[in-house]
Amino acid sequence: MSLTADQVRQVAHLARLELKPEQVEHYASQLSRILDMVSELSKVDTQGVDPMAHPLAMNQRLRPDAVTEPDLRAEYQAHSPAVQDGLFLVPKVIE
Amino acid sequence: MHTLSFRQLADGLRSKQFSSQDLTRHFLGRIAALDSKLNSFITVTPEIALEQAKAADARLAAGKATALTGIPIAQKDIFCTRGVRTSCGSRMLDKFIAPYDATVVTKLHAEAGSVMLGKCNMDEFAMGSSNETSWYGQVKNPWDPTRVPGGSSGGSVAAVAAGLAPAATATDTGGSIRQPAALTNLTGIKPTYGRVSRFGMIAFASSLDQGGVVAHSAEDSALVLQAMAGFDPRDSTSVDRPVDDYLAGLDRPLDGLRIGLPREYFAEGLAPAIRTCIDEAIRELQKLGARTVELSLPHAPLSVPTYYVVAPAEASSNLARFDGVRYGHRSEEARTLEELYKKSRGEGFGPEVQRRIMIGTYVLSHGYYDAYYLQAQKVRKLIYEDFRKAFEQCDVVLGPTTTDVAFELGSKSDDPVSMYLNDIYTIAANLAGIPAMSLPCGFVRGLPVGLQLMGNFFEEGRLLNVAHRYQQATDWHTRRPPDPS
Repeated sequence: MSLTADQVRQVAHLARLELKPEQVEHYASQLSRILDMVSELSKVDTQGVDPMAHPLAMNQRLRPDAVTEPDLRAEYQAHSPAVQDGLFLVPKVIE
Repeated sequence: MHTLSFRQLADGLRSKQFSSQDLTRHFLGRIAALDSKLNSFITVTPEIALEQAKAADARLAAGKATALTGIPIAQKDIFCTRGVRTSCGSRMLDKFIAPYDATVVTKLHAEAGSVMLGKCNMDEFAMGSSNETSWYGQVKNPWDPTRVPGGSSGGSVAAVAAGLAPAATATDTGGSIRQPAALTNLTGIKPTYGRVSRFGMIAFASSLDQGGVVAHSAEDSALVLQAMAGFDPRDSTSVDRPVDDYLAGLDRPLDGLRIGLPREYFAEGLAPAIRTCIDEAIRELQKLGARTVELSLPHAPLSVPTYYVVAPAEASSNLARFDGVRYGHRSEEARTLEELYKKSRGEGFGPEVQRRIMIGTYVLSHGYYDAYYLQAQKVRKLIYEDFRKAFEQCDVVLGPTTTDVAFELGSKSDDPVSMYLNDIYTIAANLAGIPAMSLPCGFVRGLPVGLQLMGNFFEEGRLLNVAHRYQQATDWHTRRPPDPS
């Protein structure tokens, strides 16, 4: 299994990662080697095997629908990169 | 004072040989004098430590102390600590001051009264087996500063091995407690998935991550784990089940203990000198009354490929939260929202984290999900079934922790696959969710060798018991490296 530079650029786009142009080829060869290693899994007969998503066969625990956390917005926003009036600021989205 | 066990430290505090403030100053002094040679701490917190030590001394005087009160501990920098930078070894969180404490931090310090010395270095977002992926630089192995301490809990083990802290917290997603413990002559335990709360522990791969401890002995580990473990309503995968009394079970005799020896853990790839140490440890356990059972974990050799689908898939989802908007690194160069995401993540994450995010994104993407992710989850089930069958024949499974001793810094850092193969013996326990530990069992060319024990679900007490009895009969765990010069 080998990934092309274009595939790496596409995956990086999906993951919202900006790669430097000079990194792309290097990543393509490293990721290809990882996928080669992983491709061993395709040889395993898993017919009739249930996929295991989680080590503990447990049901999701539910709690009463009651407010338990106080309002800590100001504290949580204290180290945000850019905040105004309790809102997170990002570059302009709509012209 | 830095070579005393937890029991000796607790006795010394109660008999007033030293106060918690004396003890804390002693360890802070060692960190200040020696850590520039090791780089085991990202942040040292002397003010918090001395304040907590003062409170501990008052608590000791009032007769309200626990087994840990007044004893210093270091925290892996993956656990959120209110008011203190929590970096996870990443530039992404270099300026992140956690607004709350992880449950493990609350339990160890606020409740048990131990003293926090600081935050230990680690591989970035716990992704690595050598502590070379940290934004804060590589950590040196106290046994040989040209070699890695292992990872991802490399700072935790280096600090404890060098006597800069009596114990440290650590986390283990694919071996990040056991492999570094093995490479630095420490005892480290990864409990059953769900035994220690993950609240406030920065997520890497949520179905595999588990917090634990590294220390010098099984007894010290038992004391710390006792205080860390337990149900936490704030972690939806925390298990609501009483915690066993680990200390009470430590001295149980090993007569009749059935030790499973999986042939896959003794196959090609294991260095012969390591094998010799493991065989010697098995003989020692037999002398203590255990008997061995040969068995097979036929799917264990598929652990590494399974893990490198499951863990990156979960990581790519977990790390989507780092977007440059709410907290963490934000690029100065972005003109649009998409650029803000891409540049913040491109600048904030190092190469290993980026590789794993891309692998995870790829295996979850349309057209590849069934072939990679679903197939890996099925093989994971087969690995789990192997262990289920093994524990019908034995009480603990034994093998090496690593294929060889600590490798040289830089020797594998540009070859991800060869780095990943470091965890060949440790990953299966995470995939199955069972507890596992590593303990010292010898030296090869002056470097420590680790013995791995794996147990059935919630059998931490059994593992600690076997390790403790072994440590009563051997002295490997008492050996310490000279102070770095």
